[in-house]
Amino acid sequence: MEKPIALACRGITKTFGRVVANRNCDLTVYKGEILAILGENGSGKTTLMNMVAGIYFPDAGQIFVNGEEAVIASPKDAFAYKIGMIHQHFKLVDVFTACENIALGVEDEGRFRLSDVRKKVIEITQRYGFIIDPDKRVADMSVSEKQTVEILKVLYRGADILILDEPTAVLTPQETEKLFAVLRRMREDGKSIIIITHKMHEVLSISDRVAVLRRGENAGTVNTADTNAADLTEMMMGQKVELNIERSEPKNPTERLKVSNLSAVNEEGRPVLTDISFTAYSGEILGIAGIAGSGQRELLEAIAGLQSVQEGSIEYQDPKTGKLEDLRDKNPIQIRDLGVRLSFVPEDRLGMGLVGNMDIVDNMMLRSYQKGQGFFLHRKEPRDLAQTIIEDLQVVTPGASTPVRQLSGGNVQKVLVGREIAAAPTVLMAAYPVRGLDVNASYTIYNLLNRQKENGVAVIFVGEDLDVLMELCDRILVVNAGRVTGTVDGRTAKKDEIGLLMTKSHENVAGEGEQ
Amino acid sequence: MSKTESKKRTPFVHIVKRDPASLTWYHKLLVRGVAIVAALLVCGVLITLLTGKNPIEVYGSMIDGVFGSSRRVWNMLQGVAMLLCVSLAVTPAFKMKFWNIGAEGQVLISGLACVATMMFLGDKMPLWLLLTVMTVVSILSGMIWALLPAVFKAYWNTNETLFTLMMNYVATQLVAYFLKVFVKDGSGVLSPMDQYGLPVIGGQAYLLNIILVALITVVVYIYLKYSKQGYEISVVGESENTARYIGINVKKVIIRTMLVSGAICGIAGLLLVGGTNHTISTTTVGGRGFTAIMVSWLAKFNPLYMILTSALVIFLEKGAQQVSTDFRISSSISDIVTGIILLFIIGCEFFLQYRVVIRKNRKENA
Repeated sequence: MEKPIALACRGITKTFGRVVANRNCDLTVYKGEILAILGENGSGKTTLMNMVAGIYFPDAGQIFVNGEEAVIASPKDAFAYKIGMIHQHFKLVDVFTACENIALGVEDEGRFRLSDVRKKVIEITQRYGFIIDPDKRVADMSVSEKQTVEILKVLYRGADILILDEPTAVLTPQETEKLFAVLRRMREDGKSIIIITHKMHEVLSISDRVAVLRRGENAGTVNTADTNAADLTEMMMGQKVELNIERSEPKNPTERLKVSNLSAVNEEGRPVLTDISFTAYSGEILGIAGIAGSGQRELLEAIAGLQSVQEGSIEYQDPKTGKLEDLRDKNPIQIRDLGVRLSFVPEDRLGMGLVGNMDIVDNMMLRSYQKGQGFFLHRKEPRDLAQTIIEDLQVVTPGASTPVRQLSGGNVQKVLVGREIAAAPTVLMAAYPVRGLDVNASYTIYNLLNRQKENGVAVIFVGEDLDVLMELCDRILVVNAGRVTGTVDGRTAKKDEIGLLMTKSHENVAGEGEQ
Repeated sequence: MSKTESKKRTPFVHIVKRDPASLTWYHKLLVRGVAIVAALLVCGVLITLLTGKNPIEVYGSMIDGVFGSSRRVWNMLQGVAMLLCVSLAVTPAFKMKFWNIGAEGQVLISGLACVATMMFLGDKMPLWLLLTVMTVVSILSGMIWALLPAVFKAYWNTNETLFTLMMNYVATQLVAYFLKVFVKDGSGVLSPMDQYGLPVIGGQAYLLNIILVALITVVVYIYLKYSKQGYEISVVGESENTARYIGINVKKVIIRTMLVSGAICGIAGLLLVGGTNHTISTTTVGGRGFTAIMVSWLAKFNPLYMILTSALVIFLEKGAQQVSTDFRISSSISDIVTGIILLFIIGCEFFLQYRVVIRKNRKENA
């Protein structure tokens, strides 16, 4: 079945300084198909699409829309060619309703009437089966509703080519299914949909064809029906990769960290953690699953002594003496001075875990610079540590004195995780440690966590990819809106079951403003 | 939009970020050299157009104004030393991203404290004790002037830029008040109390200042680069979240750093008043507190580079003064020249970080 070509990129090249984002990249999208763009991080997926959407301008190459060469120098040009992109980070005005946001920036002929906009929005929603209240304010919306508004915004402007940049990263499995249903209906309607993702199973379930990018080049485009996860991964990596995470049985687990009835509020006084209780054992990986922003960050920060706590206790049991220490209301230095070896890989690597403008050596000292007598810094130990980490974890860097900001995402994370593990922790907390990492780097991190687990460390792993959580973790704690909604066994749990827990509202909560 | 015309609509210029490692030191030197030459050319054209003078003679007079005699050289060195001292003072705060634009006031208030000490205690104690008291009092008042905005910033997150700016006016008015009340003849001009000045060494009035500032430069450099406190300043400046994460007490670091900043301002005040002027007026600091911001930024907060940047600023300033006298042209012309040269020097940083790509034929481009 030969369909007309909607969009074609020919020989697109884009560089940022020394970094080549796309090199001589070709891509073809037909009318009425869903094309998945698959690639590791830094393989140039988003950059390529940004050029189609008019955010960047290619250094070289041509873009054809419906067979005609197009020069797309701005998002406005892109819309003129009926191309719309839904970015990973939403660009909505919080105090406006869905309709108002959709109407924003559209320059229609004639008088502007919000009621006309509303009519048109409702028509679009019915046509594709969106579920949204057009008069709801964005501030009151869930993440998936906001995403719906972004998609509507693009459709409202009459886009025939839709680009979605990792749309499922913020969705639960159930919401993802709904989104996919909508996308399929759009495909039936003759629209071309490009979906950027790195989740293999989604690629296989939604797309008609898959374009694989590797190091900025198109490594091949295949029909989804003719391929499988292993082949796609091989195309992505350029080599065969073993995609199994080893999971050993926990060895004589003992209680290491016991959190009881923990409650905390944020700076505005809204509750972010409510009555959280759980225990982390030595020699096991405890996963924490939940929609982004359900209190995962606050929970880890509360344990690490960065988030003030209103109620509850955080008890740490010393593995040698068996002594119990209460970590509540202690800052990171006090916790360390108690002899608690608590390592923490925060979500925001360059904004919290590391200092981007400092070199690897100076970043190694972040947690330990106060060690040693006197007024001056001791850089010898961190310098040695930096060398060890660069060698052991194969960090790709010009040297130990390179600012970490200049490293790629995976190497930044190796530096951070390496440092935290080098502190020989007894509790290791990691928040989204593989976010934005390519397959190879992700597996390096999983292996590092597993090795820590085998060494008897209590590992707490906050993740977003349920498949990974279910493969890696011994137990999974599910949170929603700052509450624990359930704990499941990582070996036997079903994805649907976790998905339901992720959205389950607590019986006692009578309208927190969130649904 | 019609599609036929769109083919040629590639943007004419677009700007591409450079890879920081792609430039070697001689490239950088070259870009900066070209900027200075270009600035001199532009100024030359401008001077000829506006005044009809020969630009080469004008530049000659500039150089003459700075290096023409040993007195001029000493003047220049003193100027560099004082500007450098204030620049060193603002640098720790700036490195912490605490926008202290109150160095002017911090220096002035310590100068006031110094002058008051000379006036009221000068005849009551031996000179060595007086000098000690002057030093202590100057440094303390600089610290107090810096401490106020720091405390408010640390505990109530007030805007330090506005706060420090306002403190400048308070200091200026205090000096004006002091002169009004304590200058007996009512002229508002305090005659120098040379007998209570800091000692003159080597027969050169400015030598002590220059040596002390050189010393402070090295100390600040080491403090920022090799001390634990300097490290904390960098971390807080780069990311408060990281500071929290590793358990740095951010409030404490803000206050401590501003105390350091204020103390160096205090030394600047001491050197200006106790070391050089032996009197005070509302314009004693002469805008150094603001120029210092530029010096510090131009040097990317590196105390050693600041020697160069402050020398450049002083060279332009002193040279321009000479040009005005030699050619009897309005001092605004020399201000224009100074402005153009600085604009080019600062502007060339853009070309060190970005590349401008001009539209070319598509085939060439590939």
